[in-house]
Amino acid sequence: MKIRNSALVSIALAATAALGLTACGGGTPAGGTSSSASNGAASGGITVYNAQHESLTKEWVDAFTAETGIKVTMRQGSDTELSNQIIQEGQASPADVFLTENSPAMTQVENAGLFADVNKDTLAQVPAEFAPSTGKWTGIAARSTVLVYNKTKLTEDQLPKSMLDLAKPEWKGKWAASPTGADFQAIVSALLELKGESATEEWLKGMKENSKAYKGNSTAMKAVNAGEVDAALIYHYYYYGDQAKTGENSNNVTPYYFKNQDPGAFLSVSGGGVLKSSKNAAAAQEFLKFITGKKGQEVLKNGTSFEYAIGSDVPANDKLVPIKDLQAPKVDAAKLNSEKVTDLMTQAGLL
Amino acid sequence: MTSDLSAPPRAGTTTAGRGSSPRPPFGVSAVSVLAVLIALFSLVPLGYVAYMTVATGWDTAVGLILRPRVGELLLNTLLLMAATIPLCLLLGVAGAWLVERTRLRGHRVWAVLLAAPLAVPAFVNSYAWVSAIPSLGGLGSGILISTLSYFPLVYIPAAATLSRLDPAIEQSAAALGLGAWRTFFRVVLPQLRIALTGGALLVGLHLLAEYGAFAMIRFDTFTTAIMTQYQSTFNGAAGNMLASVLVFFCLLLLLAEVRSRGSARYARIGAGVQAKALRLPLHAYQIAAQIFLLALTALAFGLPLYFVLRWILVSGADVWTASEFLPALVATFSYGLAGAAATTVVAFPMAYLAVRHPGWFSKSLELSNYVTSSMPGIVVALAFVTVSIRMVPGMYQTAGLLVAAYVLLFLPRALVNLRAGLAQAPKELDEAAQALGKPPLLAFIRVTLRLTAPAAAGGAALVFLAIANELTATLLLSPNGTRTLATEFWSKSSEIDYAGAAPYALLMIVLSAPMTYLLFQQSKKVAGQ
Repeated sequence: MKIRNSALVSIALAATAALGLTACGGGTPAGGTSSSASNGAASGGITVYNAQHESLTKEWVDAFTAETGIKVTMRQGSDTELSNQIIQEGQASPADVFLTENSPAMTQVENAGLFADVNKDTLAQVPAEFAPSTGKWTGIAARSTVLVYNKTKLTEDQLPKSMLDLAKPEWKGKWAASPTGADFQAIVSALLELKGESATEEWLKGMKENSKAYKGNSTAMKAVNAGEVDAALIYHYYYYGDQAKTGENSNNVTPYYFKNQDPGAFLSVSGGGVLKSSKNAAAAQEFLKFITGKKGQEVLKNGTSFEYAIGSDVPANDKLVPIKDLQAPKVDAAKLNSEKVTDLMTQAGLL
Repeated sequence: MTSDLSAPPRAGTTTAGRGSSPRPPFGVSAVSVLAVLIALFSLVPLGYVAYMTVATGWDTAVGLILRPRVGELLLNTLLLMAATIPLCLLLGVAGAWLVERTRLRGHRVWAVLLAAPLAVPAFVNSYAWVSAIPSLGGLGSGILISTLSYFPLVYIPAAATLSRLDPAIEQSAAALGLGAWRTFFRVVLPQLRIALTGGALLVGLHLLAEYGAFAMIRFDTFTTAIMTQYQSTFNGAAGNMLASVLVFFCLLLLLAEVRSRGSARYARIGAGVQAKALRLPLHAYQIAAQIFLLALTALAFGLPLYFVLRWILVSGADVWTASEFLPALVATFSYGLAGAAATTVVAFPMAYLAVRHPGWFSKSLELSNYVTSSMPGIVVALAFVTVSIRMVPGMYQTAGLLVAAYVLLFLPRALVNLRAGLAQAPKELDEAAQALGKPPLLAFIRVTLRLTAPAAAGGAALVFLAIANELTATLLLSPNGTRTLATEFWSKSSEIDYAGAAPYALLMIVLSAPMTYLLFQQSKKVAGQ
């Protein structure tokens, strides 16, 4: 009985061996001379490299597929992760559409010359202030910088006048951020554009000194809520999203808007673009037109993302502070530079 | 050391055809060629890191390596290893000894329970602990979570070795007047050397490569920092410099392992049936032992299970209606199976050479694989992305490429087990079969392969577990649209949707449990022979 058992095991082993060898043969560079069924060229469908929140894009995709019958495959990643990946992939990229949370990663792909022009009727749906002058990509939503603070630890008069004050010694150990995220890096790139390199360097140095790093905006907000830290510099909708659910990560938290065209009042534009190398450009353009159109923007107004609708005259979700009241500084999205920002943040020891 | 007939000829030997062995060992050359090919392939990621380092330029590289941030990461990583590896050894050996060598009540149940934490991915463990203590963070938490997650990597091989050690040696020691403690330290512990160094190496490699568990508790190591850099710049110079420091670290770890493994042989030869090991009475320590084991398993297995189930109850039935479960489960299961099978096959030539033909050649082959697998998934994946886009675009974002990455990443798990199994299969039996007229290949299959099968299955189970829980390489290399349990869990939990993440955590545990049990059973089976 025992013998038969181990004989069985060895047969099974030999079988898996044969199976594994063929699998392995395909995996070695030498075995790749004739490429197996190409993965990128899906017939009819499109592939979206998605750095937006997965749930938001999924709402868009489901509505789009329901309307047009075009199948959409998503690949999830972060802004700069995917932008750099697209650049590495070059002409071989399987991506048709690229969506981000913020604009610097869009600029990066644009500078690499990989975007096709966005269709005119899509651009017509988005006000000029939310799209780059080049027309190589378009804004699809927006998010406002906000300081969320713990009501039991700080009073309103203790709050900083400007985001720049957070670098001052009295804020040591009191605030949090998620420096690894594209969200935060977009804020820094706005600061860089508004105040210049040396002021940004100085501020980042103060940040390294003063702030606690969390992974992700929601985690930072959760820490503020739990009293681990007094305040956190994040985007507005994490607060509203949590309030709409159980509020368990934000009930002790209040959002504070810097306003006054402060760098901390920066309104970041989420971008969308179609790649030049797309094998299904028509469907890709169609998708971009859909999300900036009325139905797509209403997903922002009525859905659970709480990001700002910007196109097709769809107003923001009622729960949000209207865009015109945010007093955001004027920043040309096309000028935001992600590479310089990560360099500066690496130098400051934040990355 | 006795002269090893099958060792490669010394440098002085001039004619390759006339080796030192009277009869050239079966298929060594074929096995060597295979092993060399595999080793070369496995060096692709290392080559990539080296290439990127050189391409960066000396001044920039030095500037990026010699900066305060690297110092912080260095200190974090060193302290983590210095505390966690000894703790894992202590807990693993103590558990194994209690279960295998004492009259512990319910030792059969404890034996399984101590292996069970292996079914809980470290990042699920982290998630549970953060649910219990939300302010958890930093080095202490890193040590806590990684110790609880990884001590079974020492416990399982230690228990298997303990249960199959020939008690005759211990009896002789006792007869010569050694007490129980001294017998343990002077006779038993040295014989656990392969199991312990192998286990410690696995723990060390896990610590170097772990991402999810540490990211969740805000503890930065080289790997979390590389992932951060990657997400900011994809393959920027700074990330690659961090990777090169990490590779250096790993080399040190491997050297330490080789030094402490030694070169003694552990196969038992001799006539008759091996005697059953004696169990020491625990007397007054029975209760202390029970409390110790209860506390350990409660913290390592009970707590994560409790919080996963609690989140599932909190969220109710709603989360289960989502349509993503089935595809994620199927994807995880298929990748696990394919990867485990491929890895075991690829590990065999290496293990064979390492055990039967030890020497600098087999050692360097083996080491090259360890170097790759010690690199975090992110580095290996990055190399694969870059190399495949440029050289074999047809492979880019295919399942084959992902499986190949899994093979490189998890080879040591199969290798450590296979090597231990082969070391226990006396080559004299193989030779005897040949002497009795079996052709070498048949003798090998009928004798050695069969004796090694349980160890191979154990190794395959370990690889399956690792793949089921793998996160970073899967994120980068998987075909578009593929989601696994691990990636789904990560995406939910990093948005602090703990309730939404819970079902994926439970499925990962459920999927891992039978593999953990198989692993445990196989180690017992080896012992039962």
